[in-house]
Amino acid sequence: MPTDTRRPALPVPSGTARGARPRRREQPRRAGRRMLPNPLAAVVLMLFLLFFVVPVLWLVLAATKTDGQLVQSNPLAFGSWHALRVNWDKLTAYQSDAIFLWLRNSAVYSFGALVITLCVAIPAGYALAMTEFRGRRALLVATLVVMLMPNTTLVVPLFLEINAVHLIGSMWSIILPYAFYPFGVYLTYIYFSTALPRELLDAARLDGCSEFGAFTRVALPLAAPIVALVGFFSFVANWTNYFLPYVMLPQSSQFPVQVGLGTLLDNVPQFNPTVGSLAVQRPELALATLLAIIPVLVVFLFSQRFLVAGLLAGATKG
Amino acid sequence: MSSTSTRAGRTGAPFSRRIAPRAGHGFVAAYVVLLIVFGVVPTVYAIYFAFTNAGNRFTGLSNFTAAAADFRFIPAVEHVALYLVFWLAALVVFVVGLALLLHRLAVRGVSRSLRFLYYIPGALAGAASVMVWLFLLDPTVSPIGFLLRALGYDTFGQLIAPGHLAVLFTCIAFWTGAGGWIVVMYGALNNISTDILEAARIDGAGPWRTARQIEIPLLRKWIVYMVILAFAGGTQLFVEPQLLSQASNGVAGRDYSLNQLSYDFAFQNNNVNGAAAISVELMLIGLIVAAVFVARSRFFDAD
Repeated sequence: MPTDTRRPALPVPSGTARGARPRRREQPRRAGRRMLPNPLAAVVLMLFLLFFVVPVLWLVLAATKTDGQLVQSNPLAFGSWHALRVNWDKLTAYQSDAIFLWLRNSAVYSFGALVITLCVAIPAGYALAMTEFRGRRALLVATLVVMLMPNTTLVVPLFLEINAVHLIGSMWSIILPYAFYPFGVYLTYIYFSTALPRELLDAARLDGCSEFGAFTRVALPLAAPIVALVGFFSFVANWTNYFLPYVMLPQSSQFPVQVGLGTLLDNVPQFNPTVGSLAVQRPELALATLLAIIPVLVVFLFSQRFLVAGLLAGATKG
Repeated sequence: MSSTSTRAGRTGAPFSRRIAPRAGHGFVAAYVVLLIVFGVVPTVYAIYFAFTNAGNRFTGLSNFTAAAADFRFIPAVEHVALYLVFWLAALVVFVVGLALLLHRLAVRGVSRSLRFLYYIPGALAGAASVMVWLFLLDPTVSPIGFLLRALGYDTFGQLIAPGHLAVLFTCIAFWTGAGGWIVVMYGALNNISTDILEAARIDGAGPWRTARQIEIPLLRKWIVYMVILAFAGGTQLFVEPQLLSQASNGVAGRDYSLNQLSYDFAFQNNNVNGAAAISVELMLIGLIVAAVFVARSRFFDAD
């Protein structure tokens, strides 16, 4: 569901990488791989390619059309730069720049939570992996369990809690729950327990480093990949979250862009015939959707390499 | 990320003795605070609400029975169950199938590009994917409008008939979520020793037989992992039906899922206790699924 990536459901298996396995990357032909895919396989792969890509392509093109063109012209034809410009002007005029306000809110919530998540999750994952303390195992199990629970589970209970302390409508009612990110702790735990040799830490301790010094001088300089990874997941999860801000925030001016899209949707006459002068045309909604996803899309494009290779941590060896 | 050093260091128990316990606590303190404030407290708080009434009196299970007796409750359970059947079936069949096909592609670049392209809709998770699908399901503007009309659907209203919703939500969820799982399955396939595959080939096993008798059995625990997470996530359905009901003026998708019902109890009916009761039930499902998985699978060996 949107678990999926709603909360990025990419696991980082720890146990699978074991066992020495000869690598045969150099072989031109791996067992079971054919030089020419059979036609049926090719057709299936192509159909799914269309399924996954055409809607995205359509969305991009829809933003360049007028509402009339959207209905009449070829769905996969480019509209015009002029129409794009008009859509842009009308979208930004909606509640005087509401779209920018929402994007800014999304950025504040996502990055605010991201910073806290990193400050909290990296040391915690490090401690779980490299130190011994009472309650360590319990904390690890609790982390795993909470991590596997869908993050929507706690939304209504969180509302009740935040409501009781009168923080509804505050930006902290969004940022702090976002900042609690057990998946990040787990990723960090796996990273340090596989990538950081304990001998290195012991050497630092022998040289007189304090525990904190060992962390900042030995572990942190090696932590760049995991900071990027946790940052990526946390950002995407926060940016695409809908339910929590939908429940927590009463005012349109506080919405993140995801919830803002819902507001726009309510004002599209084709979906809601009762709207009056505030009407939003469908291409404007498409353009708003596009703006809403661009940050995540950019992150995807720039992190493609490490998405595929790094995400699977122990899982892939290729 | 994929360091070659194994977890051998972990077995060196004597090392860990040297570490002062205090330091470990210092590193995890902030995390523990967040875990308590945003994990434990809301859970306890919801349980408290679920077992009391508006006057803070203990009421036993009456909130649960009242919620279950609501006319919307049983339909919501049925909706979610039906959706889960479609969603899990689609996920298992297509994700595993596509990962196997991609893994057999001889040209690595093509395989990698396809995986990435399949993954792109993941960027539209949440409300954005619903927006896109609202358009896709409107035959007048949809890029597959010709297909929809050929199937006899001329309007958006016809397409979002109540009987179709489980399939439509499956499409949306699959579109945004499958790519990530394909990447995961592909990674797991990469982990299968080439020797085994080669031995199978020498013994005369074709691609179909190799998949059925070697690759799929070796993928089993990954498939189980995917199904479990997708199941837990699927029970929480909210954004798709909620936005669809907005887009159809409450005709389709209103009170479709349990989370929506919980939301409506809290915000429409002013029945916080009923909302908490449903939340606790959903939480219990998530918790049981997660706990069983952590305990039974060797997936996360918490050393």
